[in-house]
Amino acid sequence: MHIATYLGLLHGGENALADTYDVVRTGHADEAGIAHTCRLLAAQCRAHVNALAPIVERYGEHREDEPDRLHAEALPEARTGGVGLLRDLQDLLLLATLVDCSWTAVCQAAQALHDHELIAVVAACQGETKVQQGWLTTQLKAAAPQALLVAR
Amino acid sequence: MADRISDIWGARTPYAAGQEWPVRVDEQLAPDADPGRVRWVPSACVLCSNGCGCDIAVQDGRMVGVRGHAADRISHGRLGPKGLFAGWQAASAPDRLRRPQVRRGGRLVETSWDEAMGLLTATSRRLLDEGGPLTHGFYTTGQLFLEEYYTLGVIGKAGLGTPHMDGNTRLCTATAAAALKETFGCDGQPGSYADVDSADAIFLYGHNVAETQTVLWARILDRLAGPDRPALVCVDPRRTNVADAAEVHLPIRPGTNVALLNALIHEVIRTGAVESGYVAAHTVGFDELARTAAAYPPEEAARICDVPAADIRRAAEIFCHAPRVLSTVLQGVYQSHQATAASCQVNNLHLLRGMLGRPGCGLLQMNGQPTSENTRECGADGDLPGFRNWANQTHIGELAKLWRVDPMVIPHWAEPTHAMQIIRYAEQGSIRLLWIVGTNPVVTLPDVARIRRLLAAEQLFVIAQDCFPTETTELADLVLPAAMWGEKEGTFTNTDRTVHHSGKAVDPPGEARADLDIFLDYAHRMDLRDRDGGPLIRWTDPEGAFTAWQECSRGRPCDYTGLSYARLREGPVQWPCDDARPGGTERLYTDGFFPTRAEQCETYGHDLLTGAAVTPEQYALLRPDGRAVLKAAHYLRPDLGAGDFPLLLTTGRTAYHFHTRTKTARAPHLNAAAPAPWVEVSTADAAELGLAEGDLALVESARGAVRLPVRIARGRPGVVFIPFHYGWWDDPADPHRAANELTETAWDPVSKQPQFKLAAVRLSRAGPDDGTAPAPAQTASAAAGREG
Ligand code: SF4
Repeated sequence: MHIATYLGLLHGGENALADTYDVVRTGHADEAGIAHTCRLLAAQCRAHVNALAPIVERYGEHREDEPDRLHAEALPEARTGGVGLLRDLQDLLLLATLVDCSWTAVCQAAQALHDHELIAVVAACQGETKVQQGWLTTQLKAAAPQALLVAR
Repeated sequence: MADRISDIWGARTPYAAGQEWPVRVDEQLAPDADPGRVRWVPSACVLCSNGCGCDIAVQDGRMVGVRGHAADRISHGRLGPKGLFAGWQAASAPDRLRRPQVRRGGRLVETSWDEAMGLLTATSRRLLDEGGPLTHGFYTTGQLFLEEYYTLGVIGKAGLGTPHMDGNTRLCTATAAAALKETFGCDGQPGSYADVDSADAIFLYGHNVAETQTVLWARILDRLAGPDRPALVCVDPRRTNVADAAEVHLPIRPGTNVALLNALIHEVIRTGAVESGYVAAHTVGFDELARTAAAYPPEEAARICDVPAADIRRAAEIFCHAPRVLSTVLQGVYQSHQATAASCQVNNLHLLRGMLGRPGCGLLQMNGQPTSENTRECGADGDLPGFRNWANQTHIGELAKLWRVDPMVIPHWAEPTHAMQIIRYAEQGSIRLLWIVGTNPVVTLPDVARIRRLLAAEQLFVIAQDCFPTETTELADLVLPAAMWGEKEGTFTNTDRTVHHSGKAVDPPGEARADLDIFLDYAHRMDLRDRDGGPLIRWTDPEGAFTAWQECSRGRPCDYTGLSYARLREGPVQWPCDDARPGGTERLYTDGFFPTRAEQCETYGHDLLTGAAVTPEQYALLRPDGRAVLKAAHYLRPDLGAGDFPLLLTTGRTAYHFHTRTKTARAPHLNAAAPAPWVEVSTADAAELGLAEGDLALVESARGAVRLPVRIARGRPGVVFIPFHYGWWDDPADPHRAANELTETAWDPVSKQPQFKLAAVRLSRAGPDDGTAPAPAQTASAAAGREG
């Protein structure tokens, strides 16, 4: 059984996403709307990690170490300027999408396992991850023309 | 005659439920006016969102007074202090702007219109060549006429193609629009002012109507003085006149509206007051709403809001049992961190009880400014004209066809840019031309130190169009003198969809021009054309603009096609008004069908926590199909930042002033009633801080500091209040006395309305007692110790 591997991926992914929200929040503090929401969403990701705790207790958790493949890693620091913000939002969206994929895989396994507790955790958390993706897409769409055409 | 400065609401004319509100005609004439020679020009007051119908008195080419319109459905003849004094007195103020001014060598100097408009269009052309339409931003107001908004909307959206158009309506009415869109699929005020006449209970959420709309409060007072008084429930941290008259006053901790409203929903569900048939037939989302509300029993909300659970329960009982409930919502809800989420819960309460579309069962998501409704309809703010959906290609196609332009010209790749983002782009230098019309952002926006800095920046070309010199015109590169109310013709729509025609009574002073004429001149000089090579703007006067707008509104929920100038000159009408409804429409949604069909709605909605846009695909799955959407939201603790700032600041309007006092301070009686700002402190906080009435206090936040005289008032401990009207134009000695020196750049994620009701501050004594604070004695600002 490899569910522990996916719990590890989720745990790592949510943490990386939370840390990146924090990096973007402090790095783009002058973008008030984005900074405020990043603070909220970082807390949301950390709540997801807590919600996983009882599940991890049952299945264990295995952290893969695959440096040469695509994996979730927090942004070390925010970029600057309009285009920098756009790229940071894009990185956040990639991280959130990774997390969303992991939730999907775990959800499938949970159903096959008839694990009602895990199904409930996925139901509560994955919906929020999807809203995060929606928010990031909304921001990206709004910011792109100004950043790419007229930002100084 | 009564002194209508101290007697704000005038004499009582009591009436019973279901009766007509009795007429009382209020009038004010200049001492030198000769009633025999006065000519009366029909209009309506533009000093709050009521829009009380009135006649302007004209003598020798001058406005010399005003008189209420007995037949007016909003006022039944009444006018409040501002309406009686401010408009006509301010018009003849000696310091009106009379000629354009241009900045030369750092100073503003007078110039001709030809030169001013030449400079404007040359700058505009150069920036369009260099960077395209995204270099242009418009920051306008809630005080123009419909014709002006629509013309400007077409210029910006079809002529230039910029999404950067918004106004100070973002500060006053954005949440009303957002909440109506989220719940009902489209903007549009459901209720009517006449609902006051038959309501059995009136709930006022963050709505100090006694000061924001004094004539509406007079109507409620007359019901309270009548035989079958409605029960009032007031949610407001301040002890307002509304609170004094209320059956239940809930002085909640600022920023906790969602918790309180969820508790009310909790009680409606728990006690079985839900109108199940209505909810099943006319709404979606009940299960999630019930699940969310389950977490808020009154005790839990009492803990969060810091009010007694018994009072919450009592309010809920009133809501559950009253046969007809009217709810009104204003800035106490709108200028908070969960503004849209909270306003949607008020909509939900009415849907749960099926309380919509019947006399007395109204819902009024209020507006602040007099004509803010029109900028929402006409698209001079962050909306598309006719409540069209930017994400709906068919809607864009309709506009493109109407305007004879390529649909790609109309910016619709994302939601239009909101005011605070426009300001941010200006700060960063990507918006390089900012055209400010009829507003004073250096006093009204949050964190004004930042606004002053960015408007003064070399890289930004600032145009300020106004009737008066303001703190903002002082910073502009180009100042355009505008005509005011009574000096131009036009129409406007109040907060309950009532459309008034306002006549031209006199000529504007000097070379001042109607805003419409300035926009038309710009369009002409810029040679804005449609795709057939004809002029984009084909009208040349207000009535022509109105006719063009009617066509734009055709078939939309705000249909004006049944109206005309001739019809409106006979008296006001509520939209929608078309062939099928020639008399207008008093209440929306009488049949429980809502404009939520995907092809009809103005928005697919948003996530209330983050503002994430709901996609068309997600909306299709929700399938509202004419049903209202019950949107749920959990309470979220506000983020008040770090630092030692133990008190909460709220800011707001007071009875004698409007906006930044451009008009009201030029009316001597109004000015004398509240000539300078003050800070209201609760008795408990004053005792703890060692403050006495009239002492000078230093109020500090993470953004700035102001020194103001203290009024020890009756608000809740832990909360201080500063009126938001005061800039420094009439007291240059104290350039840092605006409430917005202290406020934070933060906004609601859905409506993007800034959080003026939530800034963390600290207070200390800065000087001794200097007599009493310059605060009114009859309002929420009354000194503590005065009894109800
Ligand atoms: S209530 Fe509003 S519209 Fe009516 S007179 Fe007063 S300020 Fe004017």
